[in-house]
Amino acid sequence: MDNKEKQILVTAISLVLIFGCYALYVYNKYIAMNFAILNDFKFWGIAFLILIPVTIVAQIIIHIIFAIINKMVTNEDMVTLRDERDKLIELKAIQISHWIFTLGFLLAMGSQAIGMPHYSMFITLIVSGFISGIISEIAKIYFYRKGF
Amino acid sequence: MSQQLISNHIRKLRFNADEMTQQALADKTGVTRQTIVAIENGKYFPTLELAFRIARVFNLPLEEVFSFHVEEDTKQTTEKKIK
Repeated sequence: MDNKEKQILVTAISLVLIFGCYALYVYNKYIAMNFAILNDFKFWGIAFLILIPVTIVAQIIIHIIFAIINKMVTNEDMVTLRDERDKLIELKAIQISHWIFTLGFLLAMGSQAIGMPHYSMFITLIVSGFISGIISEIAKIYFYRKGF
Repeated sequence: MSQQLISNHIRKLRFNADEMTQQALADKTGVTRQTIVAIENGKYFPTLELAFRIARVFNLPLEEVFSFHVEEDTKQTTEKKIK
């Protein structure tokens, strides 16, 4: 496994960890004590808005830690160069991720169309965003390994 | 309908150029070593610009580094039928 693939794997694992920890934190702190909060739009707005910077900052920290550990273990520097193949793979992965999120968006709207509770829409949106992010990273590894 | 295939002789050309490493070729063409590996293994077809840059490293015209084949589907179908 080369450095690029390792970086992608770290991104995927960190996404799972960050999302998992954040979901657990929000559930224990707000939802477990008061289920009625699920129907509060303000709660969902804040939850979404906080998740974005938390994910970005945590990803940066995890990648810095990974780069340091990788340097100590393998004595190799991380590859920072992005060439035409990297950009093409990224575009293809983003395209796949976009379609998955679109499907999630349609499901979220569908849940409202059939009269499901409002929180099901937010949960579907947040889960589809998470799944599309993970699939995007898996797609990158697939394209790096198999080629196209 | 036809299947288009691009092959290359980069591995042979590197060997003839004082056993140039993949990393050295990557550095000269401004891409990563993994991209050179992928091109050599036929897993990635480079853009025209990168193809010209690779050819320039070996001081050869493009067609001596890359070659283009067209295989007719009909030919493949016939071969499958024979098998």
